[in-house]
This record gives sequence, C-alpha cells and structure tokens, in this order.
Amino acid sequence: MSKHTLIVIGNGMVGHHFLEQLTATAAADRFHIKVFGEEKLLAYDRVHLSEYFGGSTHADLAMGTAEWYAENHIDLHLGEQVTAIDRENQTITTPMGDYAYDELVLATGSYPFVPPIKGNEHPHCLVYRTLEDLDRIRASAAGVKTGVVVGGGLLGLEAANALKSLGVNAHVVEFAPRLMPVQLDTDGGALLKRKIEELGVQVHTEKATTEIVDGEHARLRMNFSDDSHLETDLIVFSAGIRPQDTLARASGLDIGERGGIVINNQCTTSDPHIHAIGECALWSERIFGLVAPGYTMARTLAAALNGDREAAFTGADMSTKLKLLGVDVGSIGDAHAQTPGARNIRFNDEKVGHYRRMVISEDGKTLLGAILVGDNSHYDTLLQYALNDITLPDNPETLILPESQGGAPALGPDALPETASICSCHNVTKGDICGAIDAGCSDLASVKGETKASTGCGGCAALLKNVVDSELEKRGVEVSKDLCEHFPYSRQELFHLVKVNGIRTFHTLIRDHGKGHGCDICKPTVASILATCWNEHILATDHVPLQDTNDTFMANMQKNGTYSIVPRIPGGEITPDKLIVLGEVAKEYNLYTKITGGQRVDLFGATLSELPAIWEKLIAAGFETGHAYGKSLRTVKSCVGSTWCRYGVQDSVGMAIFLENRYKGLRSPHKIKMAVSGCTRECAEAQSKDIGVIATENGWNLYVCGNGGMRPRHADLFATDLSDEALIRTIDRVLMFYVRTADRLQRTSVWMENLEGGLDYLKQVVLEDSLGLGAELEEHMEGLVGTYQCEWKTAVADPEKRKRFREFVNAPEKTDPVQQWTTERDQRRPVLESETA
Amino acid sequence: MKARTSWNVVCKVEDLVPESGVAVWTEDGPVAVFYLPHRLPALFAISHTDPFSGSNVLARGITGDIKGEPVVASPLYKQHFSLITGQCLEDETVKIKTYPVLLDGDQIRLEVPVNKQETAAA
Ligand SMILES: Cc1cc2nc3c(=O)[nH]c(=O)nc-3n(C[C@H](O)[C@H](O)[C@H](O)COP(=O)(O)OP(=O)(O)OC[C@H]3O[C@@H](n4cnc5c(N)ncnc54)[C@H](O)[C@@H]3O)c2cc1C
Ligand code: SF4
Ligand code: SF4
Ligand code: FES
Repeated sequence: MSKHTLIVIGNGMVGHHFLEQLTATAAADRFHIKVFGEEKLLAYDRVHLSEYFGGSTHADLAMGTAEWYAENHIDLHLGEQVTAIDRENQTITTPMGDYAYDELVLATGSYPFVPPIKGNEHPHCLVYRTLEDLDRIRASAAGVKTGVVVGGGLLGLEAANALKSLGVNAHVVEFAPRLMPVQLDTDGGALLKRKIEELGVQVHTEKATTEIVDGEHARLRMNFSDDSHLETDLIVFSAGIRPQDTLARASGLDIGERGGIVINNQCTTSDPHIHAIGECALWSERIFGLVAPGYTMARTLAAALNGDREAAFTGADMSTKLKLLGVDVGSIGDAHAQTPGARNIRFNDEKVGHYRRMVISEDGKTLLGAILVGDNSHYDTLLQYALNDITLPDNPETLILPESQGGAPALGPDALPETASICSCHNVTKGDICGAIDAGCSDLASVKGETKASTGCGGCAALLKNVVDSELEKRGVEVSKDLCEHFPYSRQELFHLVKVNGIRTFHTLIRDHGKGHGCDICKPTVASILATCWNEHILATDHVPLQDTNDTFMANMQKNGTYSIVPRIPGGEITPDKLIVLGEVAKEYNLYTKITGGQRVDLFGATLSELPAIWEKLIAAGFETGHAYGKSLRTVKSCVGSTWCRYGVQDSVGMAIFLENRYKGLRSPHKIKMAVSGCTRECAEAQSKDIGVIATENGWNLYVCGNGGMRPRHADLFATDLSDEALIRTIDRVLMFYVRTADRLQRTSVWMENLEGGLDYLKQVVLEDSLGLGAELEEHMEGLVGTYQCEWKTAVADPEKRKRFREFVNAPEKTDPVQQWTTERDQRRPVLESETA
Repeated sequence: MKARTSWNVVCKVEDLVPESGVAVWTEDGPVAVFYLPHRLPALFAISHTDPFSGSNVLARGITGDIKGEPVVASPLYKQHFSLITGQCLEDETVKIKTYPVLLDGDQIRLEVPVNKQETAAA
C-alpha cells in the first residue's frame, strides 16, 4: 500500500503536539509526514517565552528534538515559509519548490496585532511573540532608560515584566479604562493597576496613541489623543493577536468575519482534505488564544485521522491563572456575568490588596465564573466547582471570604469527582491519576511522567500534588516529612519542641523525642536550632560533636584537609592597617590569598593546628570571625554610597556595617547574604541577595528572598521608603520568621515559595502582623543580638577548647604527610592528584 | 602466619572527645579514634584517611548511627563508614582499615602492625 502524504504547516506548540499525538497512533504508518515551519527553530514552549530573558535557552524551551523527528520519519523543513496552497492540484508552494499533499494541516498560530498608528514602522517598534522578537527587544533595550508596552492585556503585562527585567523603566499604555479588560472587571483591574505600579511599572489607561515621532530626550515620542505625550526608547506592541489565516484566505477556504479559519467539530475546514488546529482555527465563531484548547484540537484531529468517528472538539475552558509581575490574577468562566440572571458576590480588601468575585447562577447552586486579583489561593477550588458543576454550599460567599471571617477551607481533593479535570493542557482527570497510582506510580514524579499532567503550562502543579498526596495517603503510602531516621519531625516541628520544652541539649531532645543516636543530618540541624534558641557557644562541650567539621573548627575545610579563614570585614570596609595585618599573617603562615565575591579576603591552606595561633593574631588586630563556615549571615556587601558616589542618596556603607554587626552570628537553616546599594543603580547587586536594601530619596527599599548560586532568583520588592528603624524592624521579623519556620538547608527563596500564600502571606505576617507574632520575633532577635560573642575570641582564650585543634593528639609537631605543596602565580597551593601520578 | 603486632599507647582518655573523634599518629600511619560513651565497648579506631579524597580527615566527621550501625560521615564528601567494620555504606567496594582499641587505666592502646617503617618523619 502506498503511503499518503500529510503536510503540516507551522511548527509551533500545537503543530508539534499534533505530531506527538499522531505518531502515537496506527495512522502514523499510513502517512509520509512533512512539516514546514517559518521560524528557524524547532517548536518551543511559547507559554514560557519570557523565561528566555531569565536565562533559559531555546534548548530549555524546545518541545522536541531533531532526533525525535528523524526517528519518527518526519521531514522537517525549518525556516521554510509556505507561500501558497493550490487546492485543485493538492500542492503547496515554498521558496524551495512545490510539494504534493493528500491531507493538509494548518497550524499557523497567530501574529501580534500592530495598531495602524503613524510611525509604527520605526525600527525600535517591536512585538513579543517569537524568540527572534525577544532577541530584537534585548538588543533595542541595551543601555536605554525607558520602554513602553502598548496593550495592557495578559501578554502586554508579561512584556512589561520582561522590559523591567532588562533594566529599563517600563510603562504600559492601555486604550481601555482598565488592565486586562477581557478577564477582569473594574475593581479587579484597578487593584491590579495599583499593585503593578507599586512594582515600578507605570500604567496609563484610557490612552489612545495618535502618532509616533522622533523624541527629544529618547529615541521616540508617543503623542496621545488627549494632547499628552510620553518619550521612550522602544515600543513593544502587544495589542492582541490575530489568527494567521493568510494562506487559507488566499486559497478560498471559509474564513470568519473577523478572521480565523472556520473548522467543524473534527477540526476540518471547508475543504475536506484541509484541517486547522490551534490559534489559527475558528470554531463556533470563537478563537482560542490559549494552548490547552489547541492541544485538545490536536488530539481530536489525530484521533479523527486515525479513524475515530466519535472524536470531536466541543469547545474549551478559557479560564486562566497567572502570575503577572508577581501579582496573582485568575479569571474563570463567565467572569463578566453575561449569563442571564447571573448574580455576583464580591470580596474586596483594599488594605491587603485582595479582590475576589464569584458569578453564580440565578438559583445560587452553580458557579458560573470568577475573578481573582492579588491571591490565587482560591482558584483551584473555584475552578473545580465551575468545571464539574459541583453544587455550591448554602452560603457560597464562604468560598471567597478569608478564613478568619468564616471562609470555608479549600475543596479537598476527596470532594472531586473522578471526572474532574486536573490538568487541562494534557487532559488528565482525577480518574487518570488514580489509575496511574494503581498501576504502580508511587510518587509525584512518576505520576507526572506517566500522565504528563503538569508538564504543560504548569498551572495545575499545586492541585496535582494535592490529589497525588491524598490518593497515596488513602492507599497507605506515607508521605514522609521526617528529618531522618532518628526524628519523625520536620525542622520546624523540632524548633517548636525545643523552644516550647526549653530543651538545651541534643541528648535530651533525642531521648525524649527521637530514637537512636543521631547522624550527620539531624545533629547539625539540631545544633542550629539550639543556637537560635539559646545562643550558647558552639564549642560548648555538649555541642561540639553535633557540628559539621567547619562549625567545629570554625573554618572551611578544603579538599586536602586544610582550612580557609575568612575574617569579618563588615560592609567590605577595611582600614589600610588591618589590610596590612591580613597580609602579614598570610605571609607568616604561607596562606594562599584570594578576594571573595562578598568583599572579604579568604586565606587558604592553614592546618588544623595553626588555626588558633592565626586567630590570636587576627583578633589582636581587631578582627572577628566571618562565619564563612556556618549556616548563618555571611556578608553584607555594599557600594560606597552617598559619601563618595555622585549618584548616592544614602550612606549605604554605614547601613551595611550596621546590618552586618547586628545579624552576625545568627544561626539559620542555610547561609544568608545581604547587600546595600546607595541608589537605584544597584552597584552592590542587592537584588540577588536574601536581604537586599536599595537607597531611595526618602529612605530604603527592601527586597527579600533572592539568591545567586545554582538556581539564581531575583529578590522580591517587599517594602518601600522605609526609615532606618522601620527597615531594621522589618528585617528582624523576616529573618526570625525564616529561622523559625524554614526547613533544613532551605534558602529564603525556596522557603518563601513554599509558604502557603507566598510573598503576600509573608507581607501579611511581617508588615501587617497578621499572626500577632511581630513583637515576639523582634524580641527574640534583640536577645540574640545581645548575646553575640565572637566564637574565635572565646575559643583562643580557653585552653580546653584549644586542645581540639591538635592535628594528631599524640604528635603535636607532626605535619600531615599527604599535604603536598607547590607554587603557582607566586603563591603556595596544594599539589593536585593529576600532578602526583 | 599472623603478622607481628603490638599494643601501642596512643593517647590518654582526657584527649578524647565524647561522641566524636581525634586523630593519632601510629606506626601504621594516621588513625582516628572515636569515643561513643553510650555504647559498649565505647572506643573505635579506623583509618583517618578518607579513601575518596586521600586526605586525613575522618576523625573530624560527625558520628552517629544508621540503622543501628555506628558510623562516621566523611567531612568532605559525606560518605558514611562503619566504625565496626570500616565498610563504606554508599559504596560496597570501599572498606577502610579498622584497629582493635582498648582502655588501659587512663591510657588508650591501639593494636598496630610493627614491622612497617614509618614514612615521612616529622
Ligand atoms: C509571551 C506569551 C505568553 C503566553 N502565555 C500563555 C499562557 O500562560 N497560557 C496559555 O495557555 N497560552 C499562552 N500563550 C499562548 C500560547 O503560546 C499559544 O496559544 C500557542 O503557542 C498556540 O500554538 P499554535 O501552534 O497554534 O501557534 P504558534 O505556537 O504561534 O505556532 C505557529 C507556527 O506556525 C508558523 N507559521 C505561520 N505561518 C506559516 C507559514 N505560512 N509557513 C510556515 N510556518 C508558518 C509560525 O512561524 C509559528 O512558528 C502565550 C503566548 C505568548 C506569546
Ligand atoms: S548604587 Fe548608586 S550610590 Fe552606590 S555606587 Fe552605584 S551609583 Fe553610586
Ligand atoms: S563554584 Fe564550585 S568550584 Fe567554585 S567554589 Fe563554588 S563549589 Fe567550589
Ligand atoms: S493545566 Fe497546564 S500543565 Fe496542567
């Protein structure tokens, strides 16, 4: 039997998904498949396009690989735009030639609509749709100050965030009176606007641009119909999308009045051999601008081509849940109450910044739609009510009221019917998940692998985890939060036990609340908890054996068993005299010397026995331990600030030194880094720290929960224009709350992401004192600050403690024979294994 | 024929640190001596050399028990070694030397082979 030729035009998200679906069926063998893509790159995840600016590459975003296409015998023609369809002869044309087809699939997606404004052809007028667009935006934004996004919808706000991340001042210009007019109502839009402006993006609503001309201070100037204007260096148009139906139109297929290729329930166009799926398709006079409906169309068409007569696309849910510039926004079903008789319930807390609206049926029994701004924690529950027609409780308002006002807890996964859709991207129901678990999946990862749930837009991740956890628990599988085999508790629970019962030693804790004798996981964890609660010297006899070697010997062990020493240099400020002492000590002990990223000096290669003598000299010169070895505050980096810098608006060095001295020695679940910049130019890189402080004309802006390292994360803006006192009080609370509630080895970023309610919840606890803990947290911190001692000072003064620093207790003069040295770039360094072989 | 050994004094009780280890130099090289007061016997001696890095650091690891077996965790790459057998728990092909150890009055004695020449004099 000779094979038929199937041609797919468009290698985007939906086109690729269609091929994945088709190749999984028997129909794949009937076809010789060819794919034509206008973009040069293999289909990639457009939904997460913005992550490209966060460092993701095309490879990270790619949906498949060239090998996959080859294995499935699919001819891939990338960078080859189809220019015409000849329906009579069943061929298509590209610049490379003509190709015959038996079946044709149009998956051409859509293109950004650029309003017909005079001057919009300027080279710095751009759009936001493809990776190439993003490269252009990056190039255009390099080194400039201001950027404008035209359009305040979902994509526009995402583009604004991207501009912000490129370091330009972002503005959003929206024609409608509110942001996200499609998904939100007046109150919701107003709240979103306020929140986004707090994040430093300026929003201009009800502005119609009349022309774009050359600017005076920037590249461009936008003139508005109300005679106002705005100067900017680049403009990104994001004023909606239009279905890419050019080919279909030219070849005479049925097209909707406002564009879109008309399809029936089987995704076939007015020509029985031509089909259309994704954003280019018009079904029942509707275009679906989301990926999940496109995937459903792809599945339907694959099934239909495989001979499934029942396969039908019957519409799709357009509910969306997003985080725009860090602000939660959710919109479900009939959000604008267009159903006849629909009634509304609203909850609007302007203080906290939460807005929730439910649209319910006339009889009050079903949920038709909903709008959420500021807090999406109710989204999953509401969506399940709406999608599954679950009957609402008698007082439906409890679903959106805060719990303190009688709000109902979220709909547990148990209440969901088997048919409830958990992941709409991959059409996975609760029943499918139960099936996967019954077939042997025993954790979240394997359920994901088996069902693909939560591997699309990711919006269903929290709900999926709940369902999986609850189903596993029902089947008697333990979801363990235990620290290790010795303690059936999490770090937070242990903290509580220690604090409440006044426990002061590991021994008592494991006797009363654990089993066995401990290990290298629970011992250091408990040591850190004890230090936070009681702040006793870490070399107190009871505590010595609990510590990691770095804590025990108060230095960082390097690979040959020697140590590095990092004295504290608060704020990176050091006198020439102290610098000379560092040099002299390093010279005397032949220590390899290197400047650290945290504005300090690291001295490498000290043996265990040398440590006390070295510290004696450093302490005599006024140095203190830098805690580089501990899970505690490392450095507070600073720029020179207003004292020297012509841009500085506050004394950043002074503040950095104050903060470093205040929090030094604080034991925490993981290391903590801070920085203070003297103005918004941010030379100290404060936004990459756990605690970042940036000076403003009126005080300090505080950023929290950022980090560098393996998984870098920008800190979130937490509070603005704080006075010195307010800044310190706020940091006290954030840190203490972190120290008390985080898990072992959890950095502030992960901790915050895992708090139910995330950043908003943290703000409530710290800024609004919603738990009534504020005073206690401050008092606890004050107590720790008051009992600080330099561990090295205490240690060198105590002969008993010094005894610990003998390399070999029976041979004080013996040097460790495995430590071999050589010289490189005028300094001593260990001989490497490769050099001894 | 059994190799000749001798029970050498390596340190005093007061040199030991409860729940932890100290390093001693012997004719057989560096040895880590651990003192776990809650166990009977309470003394353990294993090689001080971490086989994964070649560095002499094991006495500075954290002690504990894994499924009842007394262990020390290497301070460098965190593998666990049984204090009784020297077996590495993470890699069954790796096993380090152990030494018989006992308390004699206030002195700690270790049984080490005698005919080996000490290398690299102090
Ligand atoms: C920044 C951004 C954020 C988004 N966020 C979300 C979100 O959070 N949730 C969500 O559900 N959706 C989101 N979307 C929408 C989602 O990306 C689309 O719904 C999805 O990509 C549609 O897939 P598609 O295959 O129909 O179109 P596309 O992915 O656009 O693919 C169409 C492809 O066809 C090619 N093509 C067009 N014409 C031709 C031709 N003549 N010859 C050859 N090739 C051609 C195009 O170059 C393109 O590569 C977002 C989109 C963007 C841009
Ligand atoms: S952050 Fe501002 S004050 Fe500090 S060095 Fe940079 S420009 Fe100067
Ligand atoms: S980046 Fe890697 S090699 Fe460099 S110091 Fe950190 S852990 Fe060591
Ligand atoms: S809903 Fe998009 S991944 Fe599940």
